[in-house]
Amino acid sequence: MHVVEKRQLLSAEEISRTLSRLAHEIVEKSGGAQDLALIGVRRRGVPLSQRLAKSISGFAQVEIPVGTLDITLYRDDLSTVGPQPVVQSTDIDFSVDDRDLVIVDDVLYTGRTIRAAMNGLFDLGRPKRVRLLVLIDRGHRELPIEATFIGKTVQTSDTEIVEVRLQEVDREERVMLVDRVP
Amino acid sequence: MLLLIKNGRVVDPATKTDAPWDVLIEGDRILRVGANLNANAAEIFDASGLVVAPGFIDLHCHLREPGQELSETIATGTRAASRGGFTAVCCMPNTQPVNDNASVTRSIVERAAGSASVRVWPIGAASMGSKGEALAEIAAMKNAGIVAVSDDGKPIATARLMRQVMEYCDSLGLPVIDHCEDPSLFAGGVMREGPSSLRMGLQGIPAQSESICVGRDVEMALLTGARLHVAHMSAKRSLEYVRWAKARGLRVTCEVTPHHFTLTDEDVRYDTRYKMNPPLASREDRDALIEGLTDGSVDAIATDHAPHHPASKDVEFDGAPFGITGFETALALGLSELVHTGKVPLLRLVELFTTGPARVLGIDRRIAAGEIADLTLFSTTYEWTFRASESASKSRNTPFGGRAFRGAPVATIVGGRIAWRR
Amino acid sequence: MLQRLPHLLGIESLSREQIDFFLDQAKPFQEFQRHPLKKLATLRGKTVAIAFFESSTRTRISFTTAAARLGADTMALQAESSSLKKGESLIDTVHTLEAMKPDAIVMRHASSGAPHFVAERLEIPVLNAGDGTHEHPTQALLDALTMRDRKGKLEGLNVTILGDILHSRVARSNIHLLSKFGVEITLCGPSMWVPRELECLAPNLRRVLRIEEALEGADVVMALRVQTERIHEPGLAPDEYIAGYQLTPERLRRAKSDALVLHPGPMIRGLEIDSAVADGPQSCVLEQVTNGLAIRMALLYHLVAGPPADAPHPAKD
Repeated sequence: MHVVEKRQLLSAEEISRTLSRLAHEIVEKSGGAQDLALIGVRRRGVPLSQRLAKSISGFAQVEIPVGTLDITLYRDDLSTVGPQPVVQSTDIDFSVDDRDLVIVDDVLYTGRTIRAAMNGLFDLGRPKRVRLLVLIDRGHRELPIEATFIGKTVQTSDTEIVEVRLQEVDREERVMLVDRVP
Repeated sequence: MLLLIKNGRVVDPATKTDAPWDVLIEGDRILRVGANLNANAAEIFDASGLVVAPGFIDLHCHLREPGQELSETIATGTRAASRGGFTAVCCMPNTQPVNDNASVTRSIVERAAGSASVRVWPIGAASMGSKGEALAEIAAMKNAGIVAVSDDGKPIATARLMRQVMEYCDSLGLPVIDHCEDPSLFAGGVMREGPSSLRMGLQGIPAQSESICVGRDVEMALLTGARLHVAHMSAKRSLEYVRWAKARGLRVTCEVTPHHFTLTDEDVRYDTRYKMNPPLASREDRDALIEGLTDGSVDAIATDHAPHHPASKDVEFDGAPFGITGFETALALGLSELVHTGKVPLLRLVELFTTGPARVLGIDRRIAAGEIADLTLFSTTYEWTFRASESASKSRNTPFGGRAFRGAPVATIVGGRIAWRR
Repeated sequence: MLQRLPHLLGIESLSREQIDFFLDQAKPFQEFQRHPLKKLATLRGKTVAIAFFESSTRTRISFTTAAARLGADTMALQAESSSLKKGESLIDTVHTLEAMKPDAIVMRHASSGAPHFVAERLEIPVLNAGDGTHEHPTQALLDALTMRDRKGKLEGLNVTILGDILHSRVARSNIHLLSKFGVEITLCGPSMWVPRELECLAPNLRRVLRIEEALEGADVVMALRVQTERIHEPGLAPDEYIAGYQLTPERLRRAKSDALVLHPGPMIRGLEIDSAVADGPQSCVLEQVTNGLAIRMALLYHLVAGPPADAPHPAKD
């Protein structure tokens, strides 16, 4: 099985503009930024959340705390754990109690990752509110989960994969739609 | 009944023969030995490519009958022995009941007469029940057929008892065989003390456990002048005592098992097929034993065939009984480890299986007209793999399963009768 | 990336990379111990058999808690081994386990090699919680984690192990682990319990019989428990041991001022260790306990989490 690149969904510039727009949306729809905090889901949700916080700090002059969440231990399906199981750290150095949280991830697909993320967050405390921000919503939900902040909605088929590549992780910057070919 | 062993290579240490001779057997005796023999009414056994040696004798084995028939019987044990080329085996007395009186000895002899494939020569206990207190009924057992005395499984308990046993046995013309071990150093041990036991976290037994007792026994041999045979000698230090004793003219002999000249404590793993007593020793010990086998300080190879039924060995290392089987691999190991490596000449190896043990027992063994027709025929080149599952023994406790060999027994002739052939 | 191990029976066969991996994997579980709600559903539906043939409260509770916090069920098989039943109980246990099919077995036994015996006969991951005097891998890992957290790294440390080294599986596992990291190891104790042959277990091992000399310049002092009774050997009178080898504040001063004091527990206060040291600022014993939980959670996750070997891997998420 190998992978064939079909088309580019977002260029580097488009990613940047989308994130900028999303950062403004967060502030607009949060009634002021008190109690706001961003939680980046490993792996690529992390740099996205850091960029959003930096952007918000730039135009709204307010420092939004950013945390990192590893959902490995919260998955509902162990069969997704490969032959090389690795757990990484969750790094949230502030209390989640009574916080207005925004979970940040790169792609929203079945919704299971986000469900696991919520399990993880509720283990840590009781947030006031939890909303979701994703760069790409590709449909095919298997759970009743919706994103409040969406960068771009894309129609995909089951065999296709949305690949988000970010400078901090992948040394390049773009979003690709690729297809699995037998 | 005439049987002609033709085209073989007669190797006989007693007459120092290594010649392409034939052997003609009538009934249970050898009729003639010489080149190109012919006999009209004879059954011919073509021994081309084979060595024809005097019948092998195993000075040390456990047949488990009476009382432990789950592990082995005289019938199954001697069948395995015949497949190893042995024409006579000396079985140790640690049966249930212990062979410490004439009626047990007689029962063994009778059982053997009915079911054994090869000669069974019982060894009687030195003390009652081998408990190390009172002397066993040695004279009565001698009349019933024992060839030696031992408390094997354990050492003869004290120096004082050893002295008494030696004096008494000497007067009866019996050798005393001791399983040399110091109980206080042995206690709780399961393998040889050394880097391997340390790494594996298994309780070790230092070599001195054996050599202290050999030293003690040699002193008693010095005191009494009696015959002493050191069973399953495993340590260099023990050999040093034996050499000293021989140099002094004492009637001290010793035997080494095939596993002790093949394996070392480095071979031990968490596998009870590597657990036996004495345990596998250090490389230095093994090399010293091989030197002794070569230069004559060691008198015999003995198997210490110690079968244990599979369930009893299928436990963690600490919990397993000591012992491995050995009849069917003894010659092959001797050939591969000693002869094929050039360390020991073939004649010497044959001596270790034949005239060496015979001397310990005070009997004669040779291939000559008039002698009893016990012969071992073997190949030095036949390639085969030993499979534990194919053993004639009831037990499977051997570390040599799956080992490839070059050289094997081919036929075992006891009293002119072919007890086994490949 | 580390391929899932089929068992964890000892440290000796692990590579430095594998050990580093497990120490790193313990971090998320250390962090987890600070959550208000210490319960995951990660191993929900999985069962871990806790088969302890040697009595131990602390290690057993640690493993049981680790499994429970991961959401797994535990099955407690406690077979007290009596000398009569030696051997029988193990094969019987193997048969029982074969029938009940747990997802992992955590095993402690008085005989070295017993977990290997079980691992050879069952297709279930076996985690050695201590076998005879052979190894106690999770102890060495939690000790290493404690040392690494406090000192930054293991390389270049001077570690002194104090006590009955000969009969200690904790010592052996630690020696195997620390020597892979180039740690300078000093072994110290009464001469008959620190045999010269120990030096062949690893390079960089030094055997010192006087405690003052052994503690000189140490970064870490690991005090072992003293077994005052032994079956086949004459014991050493407690006062003899205390006079020669007790870890007292005075003796501890010979080590570096920021030296760590570790003990595998349970401590016999007043015997191998003075209470002042056990409760003092350099003592890491409580941290060792917490780290033990983290290490054991990491190892159970590693051995248990995931599909059975023959299942295909769906790539969706």
